[in-house]
Amino acid sequence: MPIIEGERVSKNFGGLAAVVNVDFHIDQGEIVGLIGPNGAGKTTLFNLISGALATTAGTIRFKGENITGLKPHQICKRRVARTFQSVKVFSNMTVLDNVLAGSLFGASTGMRMHDAKAEAMELLEFVGLSAKEGSLAKDLTIANQKRVEVARALATKPELLLLDEVMSGLNPTEVAQVTELIKKMRDKGITVFMIEHVMKAIMDISDRIIVLHHGEKIAEGTPSEIAKSQKVIEVYLGD
Amino acid sequence: MIVLDVIIGGLLTGGIYALLAAGFSLQYGVSRVLNVSHGEFIMLGALAAYSLYVPFGINPLVSLVILGPIFFIIGSLTNRILFERLRRIAGSIEVFEGQSILVSFGLLFIIQNLALLAWGADERGYKFLVIPINLLGSIFAANRLVALSLAVVIGLSFFFFLVRTRLGKAVRAAAQEETGAQLIGVNIQWMHGLCFGFGASLAGFAGVLISTMFTVSPFMGLPYTIIAIIVVVLGGLGNIIGSLVGGLILGLIGSIVLHIEPGLELAVLYILFMLILLIRPKGIFGK
Amino acid sequence: MDIIRSNPERFFLLVLSIFILIILAIIPSYIADYYVSLLVSIFKFTVLTVSWATFCGPTGYISLASAAFLGTGMYVTALIGEKVPLPLVVLFGGLASFLLALLVGLASLRIRGIFFAIFTLGLSEGLRHFMNWWEISREGRMGRWVISADYLTIFYTMLMILVMTLLTSYLIRRSKFGVALQSIGEEEEAARHIGINVNAVKVITFAVTSFWIGATGGIIVTQWLYVDTSTAFDVSYSFTPTLMALFGGIGQIYGWVLGSVVFTIITELLLTEFPYYYMLIFGSVIISVFLFFPSGLVGVVIKWRKGKLVE
Repeated sequence: MPIIEGERVSKNFGGLAAVVNVDFHIDQGEIVGLIGPNGAGKTTLFNLISGALATTAGTIRFKGENITGLKPHQICKRRVARTFQSVKVFSNMTVLDNVLAGSLFGASTGMRMHDAKAEAMELLEFVGLSAKEGSLAKDLTIANQKRVEVARALATKPELLLLDEVMSGLNPTEVAQVTELIKKMRDKGITVFMIEHVMKAIMDISDRIIVLHHGEKIAEGTPSEIAKSQKVIEVYLGD
Repeated sequence: MIVLDVIIGGLLTGGIYALLAAGFSLQYGVSRVLNVSHGEFIMLGALAAYSLYVPFGINPLVSLVILGPIFFIIGSLTNRILFERLRRIAGSIEVFEGQSILVSFGLLFIIQNLALLAWGADERGYKFLVIPINLLGSIFAANRLVALSLAVVIGLSFFFFLVRTRLGKAVRAAAQEETGAQLIGVNIQWMHGLCFGFGASLAGFAGVLISTMFTVSPFMGLPYTIIAIIVVVLGGLGNIIGSLVGGLILGLIGSIVLHIEPGLELAVLYILFMLILLIRPKGIFGK
Repeated sequence: MDIIRSNPERFFLLVLSIFILIILAIIPSYIADYYVSLLVSIFKFTVLTVSWATFCGPTGYISLASAAFLGTGMYVTALIGEKVPLPLVVLFGGLASFLLALLVGLASLRIRGIFFAIFTLGLSEGLRHFMNWWEISREGRMGRWVISADYLTIFYTMLMILVMTLLTSYLIRRSKFGVALQSIGEEEEAARHIGINVNAVKVITFAVTSFWIGATGGIIVTQWLYVDTSTAFDVSYSFTPTLMALFGGIGQIYGWVLGSVVFTIITELLLTEFPYYYMLIFGSVIISVFLFFPSGLVGVVIKWRKGKLVE
């Protein structure tokens, strides 16, 4: 059974159809990429999955349970976490406190401060930010702020992690570091669904890729299949 | 007949409301200052008109012309001295908005105290054109009709300014979308000063008109500020024309309630206000 | 704010607070009545400020509803004070405020930023006008006679309420709730996504902190023989907690306490020494704080200490 599946998922904003009848599924342990030109509805789809937006139609099931219509904090507790396209770290809190917040409120229940802190430190180590634990999040570089967001999301103990353009604005070295990080997360058993524009990176790392255009799914397959797909090439060249 | 009474009475009050709301809307919409001391400018206009008329015999209609530019200058200076600096210090627009409410509260205290020192705490009034006029079977005082006409004239002029002139359109653009307006070449800092000044002038006008009909005192300001807030929310924050229309509507509603259950008008307005915030915070005409 | 940092400074403040508390408990026997009522005033404003800031500080919302809660507490006492023993009356005052805050909180969940400020202002003023109309047309009166309590009872009740308020605030801030509030204030959307039930946190905190405001109203009104809607729902009770918290410095509890104490004393001084200029000075102080000392007294203190360290 897939860890998450969506059936005819749709979202309208007034007259604008942002997501149209999208079917998708992701199996446990996969890394699936979500690509498409700007405005294709990718982040909207993430918003529908994470509960930030309500669906107009369709169902989303996580581990067999219907999560359509649940609130974001409820979905988080069911072990789905996400990062945001425009980084939403808690700017005036320290790096440690950012991740600590995730540990305290995520899927774990009744965590004591002491244990939560230890866990947060471990996660900072995992993403490579131990040296910055006491710095305020707003003082970090964009690349490091993204790490904080990832660590905070991981602190909520997700089984599925939605990454929204985590590589945008990063230089090639940083992109490679994030790629490594994502592989490490997969090795720990986390399923990853990622939106990305950095083509090379997403082609390298994904097991499968879903392509959206004008809110519709126009293609799905392995990276090599997608790279050769006439439809996809047209969509990208045509823009 | 009663219906006419209610309607005309409502339009009279509504016209005044529209003026004071328009000024307030300019200040919030463009300069982003929720000016809690707006009512104090109205009060100053009213007391100034009184002081020009009673000892010197200067017709309030003339006072309108004298006080308009003076208030404009006071308003622009206030913006420059207080709010520009705050704008620079504040971290974000939300912080600025929050802080400017409180700074304007301080301004309220200062202006009220100065007025108390200058005029004393008593209520005062003067008689201007208290001549009954028979209009369609009902009796109205001439001063009210004159005030209404002037409110209409000022309101319409302002409306045409906003809709027909380049500067007016720039003002509306700045109120709707500041960054966008900047991109098309609007000098936003200058705009802040201009609109705050205009807002103060409109408050002054409203004050002068009010003084021709009601008694005035240094304490009269705050209720008008609250009404301005309600009208502006009703009409849509940032929608200046909406506040003109909203003022008229609110005046009518107040008039209706006054006839059914006097004393409850303000409470009803507040309830309406809160309902709008809950259901349609963008206001009736908001985008 | 690093939550886990062990802090000798905090311990010092705690000891100092207990010391001050003991002094306050025994002081009424040693000072003139005037100072006792001044202290009561200070207690009152500190409760208002700390209650206000516990919710509004971290989240950045500006609530102007304090007057509504205070007035509610006062009116509960005015209405049932003769039939019910005083401690219960004060409790009911707190409960009434709690319920009102719960309702208001639930209703206004989706209202953000400046809208929340004017919504709560509308609530305070609207309640005042409504009660005024009710009293005049339905009850045929302009105000009510209130039971009175002797000044010592008032003093100790207020002191107790103050202590409870400070405790509540401290516990909220140091607990998971405090982290949640801060997160909500920083990035509400992200807070939702890390498992924080934002709506519940906001409403509960708002309601719990309002309880103490209502209780304060319930006891404070017994100082006067008579109360009417303008006194009970005086709009300045909505603005002053905000000003005092900002004056003291928004980040820390001790800043709020400092702000309200200093502010109340200054206001008292101004009222007695310069009754004709007090609003002028008051307004100027407010403006100066925002333009020149945005971090409040705490900011001044911090700068002063940094300066000393540098020497």
